[in-house]
Amino acid sequence: MISFLLKKITSLIITLLVSTGVIFILIEVVPGDPVAFMMGLSGSTDAADALRLELGLNVGPWDRYFDWVSGMVNGNFGISYTYRVPVVELIRERALVSVPLTIYALLLSTVIAIPAGLISATRRGSLVDTSFMGFAQLGVAIPNFWFAILLVLFFSTTLKLFSASGFPGWDAGFFICLKALTLPAISLALPQAAILSRVMRSSVLDVMNEDYIRTARAKGLSKKQALFRHGLRNAMIPVLTILGLQFSFLLAGGIIIESVFSLPGLGRLVFQSIIQRDLIVVKSIVTLLVFSVVTITFIVDLLYAAVDPRLREGNS
Amino acid sequence: MTLLKVKDFSLSINDEIILHNINMEIKAGKVLAIVGESGSGKSMMSSAIINLLPQGAKLKGKILLNNDNLLDKSEREMCLHRMNDLGMIFQEPMTALNPLETIGTQIMEAIKLTNPKIRYKDLLKKAELILERVEMDKNRFPLNTYPHKLSGGQRQRVVIAIALSQNPKLLIADEPTTALDVTTQAKIMKLLMKLVKDYGIGIILVSHDLAVVADLADHIVIMRKGKVVEQGDTKTFFKSMKHSYSKQLFDAAKHKLYEKNITVGSEVLLEVLNLTKEYNLANKKPLKAVNNVSFTLNRGENLGLVGESGCGKSTLARCILGLEKFSKGKIHIAGRPFYGQKELRRCINVVFQDPFGSFNPRHTVERLVAEPFYVLKKPLTTFEKRVKVLRMLKLVGLGDGDLKKYPHEFSGGQRQRIAIARALITEPDIILLDESTSALDVIIRTQILDLLRDLTKKLGISYLFISHDLTTVKNITNRVLVMKDGVIVEEGLTAEIYKNPKHHYTKSLIEASPDITRAIKSKEENNNENTL
Repeated sequence: MISFLLKKITSLIITLLVSTGVIFILIEVVPGDPVAFMMGLSGSTDAADALRLELGLNVGPWDRYFDWVSGMVNGNFGISYTYRVPVVELIRERALVSVPLTIYALLLSTVIAIPAGLISATRRGSLVDTSFMGFAQLGVAIPNFWFAILLVLFFSTTLKLFSASGFPGWDAGFFICLKALTLPAISLALPQAAILSRVMRSSVLDVMNEDYIRTARAKGLSKKQALFRHGLRNAMIPVLTILGLQFSFLLAGGIIIESVFSLPGLGRLVFQSIIQRDLIVVKSIVTLLVFSVVTITFIVDLLYAAVDPRLREGNS
Repeated sequence: MTLLKVKDFSLSINDEIILHNINMEIKAGKVLAIVGESGSGKSMMSSAIINLLPQGAKLKGKILLNNDNLLDKSEREMCLHRMNDLGMIFQEPMTALNPLETIGTQIMEAIKLTNPKIRYKDLLKKAELILERVEMDKNRFPLNTYPHKLSGGQRQRVVIAIALSQNPKLLIADEPTTALDVTTQAKIMKLLMKLVKDYGIGIILVSHDLAVVADLADHIVIMRKGKVVEQGDTKTFFKSMKHSYSKQLFDAAKHKLYEKNITVGSEVLLEVLNLTKEYNLANKKPLKAVNNVSFTLNRGENLGLVGESGCGKSTLARCILGLEKFSKGKIHIAGRPFYGQKELRRCINVVFQDPFGSFNPRHTVERLVAEPFYVLKKPLTTFEKRVKVLRMLKLVGLGDGDLKKYPHEFSGGQRQRIAIARALITEPDIILLDESTSALDVIIRTQILDLLRDLTKKLGISYLFISHDLTTVKNITNRVLVMKDGVIVEEGLTAEIYKNPKHHYTKSLIEASPDITRAIKSKEENNNENTL
């Protein structure tokens, strides 16, 4: 168990180090000088040099890389070129929207998909199964921004139950914010739930054909009991993988939905920063996203080990 | 007292008739054997008794358990019968246990189902007792052991323990030892017989091999194509059997000894010298899967390599084939080191165990059989290839029409013929047969063995036959190596070793291997004792 943990943590750290290197190099080769962008067309060379000094851009790439990484380790991500505020502040503010939105969407998708997949699998070929899987097909097929607009038209414009866009900030109160995030969360959750329910269904169907389910049935368990006592945990393993991938995807991939609902989230921040050549923000967010993806993968690995004793031994 | 009676029973699944008008009867404390080839419906029959059938099954007739028709029962009542009266053991022990739960949990669940009011302390005690009963040492295998720590035989014991823990009146064992080694098979069978004796449980033993069940069964039922072709009391069955299929099964089970008039040449084709293969294990000292093994294979020789699973015989095979790098030693083919030598590849080829897994399902037979041609220096034209493939298919007993077919269109035995054709197509000097007949029914097995013997003789090919079953090896080799824990413990002429084994391990292998002549004899002796 301990060797398993050590191995996983080592690979986590190595992945992070390598990814900071790759991000740094990529940002270096991206055309566009942030200083020129900030100074505008009329800036003098002297002023530009002064700005370079201020931003720490006057030294070589190696130094810049180490400054950047050591800064991040100490929680100092630098100062945004465009907004002139600490990057940490900027990200924190946006993450307070994106992270809850992601979790909300993921919860919704899990709550819908797991029972739907389970019911479909246990009633394979029935009307319920066919219609659930039909919906799932539809959920994957329709673009989620279009679905988001439909939601706004129906719930905000017609029924006037939700506000159409914007985010009041957490000071306004938990439930008000939750309400503001509901329509975006539903639109994000729809395609995810559709995929997840299909994975759940096929996973349960596979498990139901396993020999150990037959053994359980021979003990005298009914089909349902055998599924719940022996099948479900086995069926969750592929579902966990997909959930981990979806979390990472939603965290930064919510940009379209953030735009539809005018939410100040991470996705939009990255987008704006790229356009404005605010490279330090881009670098930081991308690194943070990598960090979160790697961490989520790590957590999923731990969950695997919690579910499956074979993985706890650290040899596979 | 009649425990279970199957009366005019028919079964169809999605309107396809699977079983037709089956009648049989089993008494408490007796063993009923159902024997037949795959597809005979014997497994369906056993699943039907416990009513775990695929969807779309339609049942007709009666299955009476203590004069109570099981076919009239609701699913809930059937669950109660499975809990209290019926137990089942399956063919594949490797997958029969839930990998995520400890063996203790799985046994205790079963106990608790039959006895819901049991206190936790008693539950633990009972689970331990039952593991003891199936001869699993509680110090080596405590209740919190996970299934993946256990071998196939040990897992099968746990499955038996689960069935036993519910005190069943009838135990249905569907090919319980087919996936196991001969030595493990003998032990598991002994255990099952002890249960019959000690607890008066009735057992239905399903098998494809008459030799396995002959000395255990009280009553034998021969099934074919969903029908019972013949049945009778074991005491008299072998003397009085009439149906040609029963006789065929009997002949297949009764192996002929190998004809000794083969000429072994002096030319050494394969030389293995001090071969060692080590695996590095995490936190442990390296495992020597193959430990300082030396032997030679001469032209025309038919060599056997026997040992139970885990003894290193498959690792040895992979090393010889150049599929795996070895740690120390030498492997020479035709006097030259083999590893990495493409032009020597033509000299040696292989037939694997699983006729289902060893073909690409999207390739035609023609392409599959022609595949080894890539090792030839001079590429053949398509026409030349086809001519050769056709000739080879004919040799293994397949026809011109099979050329464009895909693997799924063939039965297991036919696929093994295709595998043999593929192995022989480059006219190799040696073929390696790695458990090539273990996955086949007895009748098919003897056919394939006959084919191999004829072909290798005709084409002058030497082979190394690797198997866990001494009976099979005996039939087809003139010299044999016995392997245990990576070391060759005994070697010599097959007939001699079989008659006069020196190493105790060889003795135990011979005793464990099913032999129908011996089985019938021991049955008769038992009867005489009983009547005296």
